[in-house]
Amino acid sequence: MTQWSGYFGLILQGALVTIELTLMGSVLALFMAFLAGMGRLSRFFVLRALATAYIEFFRGTSIFVQLFWAYFVLPFIGISLTPLQAGVLALGLNVGAYAAEVVRGAIQSIGREQYEACTALNLGRWQGMRHVILPQALLVMLPTFGNNAIELLKATAVVSLISLTDLTFQAQVVRSQTGNTLVPFATILIIYFVLALLISWGVRSLERRMARGLDGVRA
Amino acid sequence: MSASAPIIKIDGISKSFGSFKVLDGLSMQVMPGEKLALIGPSGSGKTTILRILMTLERIDGGHIQIDGEQLYHMERNGQLLPADERHLTRMRQKIGMVFQLFNLFPHKCVMDNVTLAPMLTKGTPRAAAEKRAMELLEMVGMADKAKNMPAQLSGGQKQRVAIARALALSPKIMLFDEVTSALDPELVEEVMNVMRKLAAETDMTMLLVTHEMGFAHDFADRVLFFDRGKIVEEGKPDEIFRHPKQERTQGFLKKIIAAGHRV
Ligand SMILES: Nc1ncnc2c1ncn2[C@@H]1O[C@H](COP(=O)(O)OP(=O)(O)OP(=O)(O)O)[C@@H](O)[C@H]1O
Ligand SMILES: [Mg+2]
Repeated sequence: MTQWSGYFGLILQGALVTIELTLMGSVLALFMAFLAGMGRLSRFFVLRALATAYIEFFRGTSIFVQLFWAYFVLPFIGISLTPLQAGVLALGLNVGAYAAEVVRGAIQSIGREQYEACTALNLGRWQGMRHVILPQALLVMLPTFGNNAIELLKATAVVSLISLTDLTFQAQVVRSQTGNTLVPFATILIIYFVLALLISWGVRSLERRMARGLDGVRA
Repeated sequence: MSASAPIIKIDGISKSFGSFKVLDGLSMQVMPGEKLALIGPSGSGKTTILRILMTLERIDGGHIQIDGEQLYHMERNGQLLPADERHLTRMRQKIGMVFQLFNLFPHKCVMDNVTLAPMLTKGTPRAAAEKRAMELLEMVGMADKAKNMPAQLSGGQKQRVAIARALALSPKIMLFDEVTSALDPELVEEVMNVMRKLAAETDMTMLLVTHEMGFAHDFADRVLFFDRGKIVEEGKPDEIFRHPKQERTQGFLKKIIAAGHRV
């Protein structure tokens, strides 16, 4: 039974790849979410149209197909990505499209009176957005962002299809080498679950911290 | 500009919400330093007038001059063009507003609520902005709460902070829309006291919308009684409150007294 430790090592390496993908994908998703979410609220038609097209397209097509495009089709137009780059790109753009709607909704949930206070204090549109609206909207976005990040974590499994050695890929390696199905897949099930718990917990504590900031006295 | 030119000159403005015409060719003038009270029944357009002056609502027709300059128009080569955002930004520097529901920024402490706009819009350095904010907070009796978050303040305290926040930009004109009507009765007086002091100590032009007739009487140099978007009667507080000439003014004041407001 000594060989199991080696196989667990493989799965642990896979976990690191999955974590890396999740973190990098989340950063891209966050960036796209703010870009497209605020784009949808822009005064400029072109920006609104671009943002809407991006959101609808990436929500309306499958993450599998998006990943295959990023990895197999982009090289035909001269863009060759490593499996990791392709994975981050597809995951980030896909989840970013969902999160963009979260950003838009949160910004719109901030009451009209806050915008009017900005006007009465003569803040510019961007100043009001940056200093008044977004800080409040962030608190509204946070819980759903947590869900989005967990969705992203779960979606990372698709990158095993372009032979990126993530958790799911390594579990398949272990299964084919040992002939045992239950142990590797039970292991990654637990690891995915623990990672998701970590995300929930992290987001919740961030949320609590920010909500506490609305109360109390500033140091 | 001579000292006797009006600081606000409203010239035949109209405003509709959908098919409902709130203002129809309203004209009025306010002299620099004047303290004006706008009274009248609910829905008569008082708030709408203040919101139009604060550029929170656009007018459908007519002209407004603030401090000798068009508010919603720009003069270019002798022509009047619709104002762009830059023009509005410049004009808004002359005007501040305090809202019925305070509209403080809940994620910023009292001090930051007051310093945010001067730092962003005038480039005031933080130290100078905080010094000025402290003076204003002292004036409204909120200096000891400078580091508190708005959620910890009573309504009256919030409103006093909101007044300091608007004053921090040193506007020439201040607009107050029913600033005490959302407050518990025992907190009304503290806000009124701040405003009485403000009226007595500054030469700012002030427009006050209120249902508190006693307060309007003390505060104002001139009272305008509105009904259905029109000025029905205007005059010195004593004239309007003691000897109203128009039947509609008399009826309104009677109703208000019957409702338990003091005059
Ligand atoms: N955004 C809006 N959309 C539609 N109708 C509006 C809007 N704002 C105001 N109105 C209507 O315009 C009329 C005048 O409103 P306004 O708020 O100016 O009255 P007011 O004199 O301030 O009344 P109150 O004493 O109740 O505050 C009212 O009939 C109101 O319902
Ligand atoms: Mg009103």
